[in-house]
Amino acid sequence: MSQERIPVWITVVVIPITNVLLAAIAAGFIFWFLNINPLDALRAMVYGAFGSSYGWGYTLYYMTTYIFTGLAVAVAFKCGMFNIGGEGQAYIGALGVGLVCLWLGGKVPFLVLLPISIMAAAVFGALWALIPAWLQAYRGSHIVITTIMFNFIAASLMNYVLINHLKPEGRMSVESAQFHPDAWIPKVHDVLGAMGIQMGYSPLNLSIVFALLVAFAVWVFLWRTRWGYEIRAVGSNPSAAKYGGIHLPKVIILTMLVAGALAGFLALNVVQGEAHQIKLNLVNQMGFTGIAVALMGRNHPFGIVLAALLFGFLTQGGSELQFEYSVDARIVVVLQGLVILFSGALQYMMKHPIEKAYLRLHHRFGRKPGTDKTAEA
Amino acid sequence: MKPLFKAIAAASITLTAGYVAAFQPAVVYDTAGKFDKSFNEAVFRNGVEPFNADKGVVVREFEPQNEEQRTQSLRRLAQQGASPIVAVGFNFSSSVEQVAAQFPNTQFAIIDSVVDLPNVQSIIFAEHEGSFLVGALAAMATESNVISFVGGMDIPLIRKFACGYEQGAKYVNSDVRYIQNMTGSTPSAFNDPARGSELANSQITQGSDVIFAAAGGTGIGVYQAAADAGVYAIGVDSNQNYLQPGTMLSSMVKRVGVAAYQTWEESLNGEWEGGIKVLDLAAGGVDWALDEFNEDLVSAEMQSRMAEIRQAIIDGEIQVHDYSSNNSCDY
Repeated sequence: MSQERIPVWITVVVIPITNVLLAAIAAGFIFWFLNINPLDALRAMVYGAFGSSYGWGYTLYYMTTYIFTGLAVAVAFKCGMFNIGGEGQAYIGALGVGLVCLWLGGKVPFLVLLPISIMAAAVFGALWALIPAWLQAYRGSHIVITTIMFNFIAASLMNYVLINHLKPEGRMSVESAQFHPDAWIPKVHDVLGAMGIQMGYSPLNLSIVFALLVAFAVWVFLWRTRWGYEIRAVGSNPSAAKYGGIHLPKVIILTMLVAGALAGFLALNVVQGEAHQIKLNLVNQMGFTGIAVALMGRNHPFGIVLAALLFGFLTQGGSELQFEYSVDARIVVVLQGLVILFSGALQYMMKHPIEKAYLRLHHRFGRKPGTDKTAEA
Repeated sequence: MKPLFKAIAAASITLTAGYVAAFQPAVVYDTAGKFDKSFNEAVFRNGVEPFNADKGVVVREFEPQNEEQRTQSLRRLAQQGASPIVAVGFNFSSSVEQVAAQFPNTQFAIIDSVVDLPNVQSIIFAEHEGSFLVGALAAMATESNVISFVGGMDIPLIRKFACGYEQGAKYVNSDVRYIQNMTGSTPSAFNDPARGSELANSQITQGSDVIFAAAGGTGIGVYQAAADAGVYAIGVDSNQNYLQPGTMLSSMVKRVGVAAYQTWEESLNGEWEGGIKVLDLAAGGVDWALDEFNEDLVSAEMQSRMAEIRQAIIDGEIQVHDYSSNNSCDY
């Protein structure tokens, strides 16, 4: 199928939106089946997610988390690897952030502490990805298997550390002590409040700014640096890359270190920004959802930011749905599943009809086909 | 005349409804979900359902899907005027602490943890005492002289069950061999029946013939494996004797549902008070279950021995060591 005459906006805008609409229609049938008017359900979700500062605070908070985990998957994808270890890397990243905040919180000013905690998130997350990366690079152990296994090892390790070392005496709940308030990343509603803009309480914190910066940095890294070029070369064709003089093991390890660091950043948002303590199970599947986010965002940072927003909307809107209609909480998982089904598994279903329709319209009304910028693969 | 009568009846129904609507009890389950066949479900089946039926008041329910939604749901419910709000599980400690401080006029209750605020009722169970009882029963029933324990997630709360069980068994027979396994270190360890039956089978090959599972949904697999091998199993939280009649020796019941029910009822009657509420053996918070499904397995002699031990614990003659008091099981 020649794509010469298909402009890029068809590929990156029209097709994804069509897929999401199809998912929404399928979801509508589910609500209809549950005796909930689909339009009311949609209204509850949209209002819940964007209708108030409280709502969009939560939506953007989830978006921040999904950006980090989505990027962690996408970078590895670009190198042809499937990083399922975001869950564990983020969890260990949380340990790094937590230790820094517990030890330095209140002793040094926030602006000194923040770079250290960012470094800690990155280093801890990256180190957790290092062993699977090394095994893949030098021993050929499949990264999917090793990263999954490392999620469980991370969970066990965190259990041990939390219960035996970080849990304050006499607490039943498995969590560390609260950080000193000086270590907290400021909440957006506090910052805006100080500037005179009223906003409802939400967990949204300044990590979102960092997330957007990181997304941009990942784009620069992948498409504007030699390392990124090597990563993409290995991802497209490892044999050719090797023939071209790229040292494969080095690139694999570099990629996984970056991916691990990105996953580790989740802790800035969840631990330092919101919970202010290391909790059991704090990642809670967000690492896995990152796979779907990367898939939907077509492994491009810009797409990931949009996909993260969509998943943030689903998470927050879905919980509002539970408040309004007392539907089962798993409805959110069903909605996410439909979105993934239509825009991941069935992403080519609508591609050809839409492209054909475009070409037909273009022939009828257009001038010179083929002069538009072509789609990137 | 008739329409008028109808109108009056309708009006009075609306009035009652209006009055009842002012009282909005609520419950927030732990992330394992309301239908976990165990802990959360006990709150639903023995607390929410009977309360809905008895009082005609619908208890609002919420199942958080992640950590943030714990605080979010408590705050949302409090804002909408719900009270008392029961938070199921120790994982809610910091969320309840935070939200209860912001809504001093709302009544909160937390199960399995202590939050020291005047508007919070902290409901604590003496799991170690109930586990002691079933441990004693296990030691009486075993023929191989080996008993075992399958825990869910490896956290202090589950070790508290294990430690009580071991003490009870050793109290009856100090020579009994005790095997202990935990299912895992993630919350899914509470919902992994396949792994449960695997662990149970491994314990059976090591000679165990009484297995106590304190593992939520994982227990289902343990009971199945025990039934297949023809050895005894002991249930937890709810009375699970009916699950595998004939091989379920007993269940260590922890009456979380009743506790939730009581909180709402106290509030409805205006008798609600904050503070710590310890539901131990004496208060009926924990116990061992004897019903038509296991009465053939527990001989009259065993029953009278159990009654003795039970009384001794209530009277304080037997002091059961609580694992969570010093995070170790050296009794």
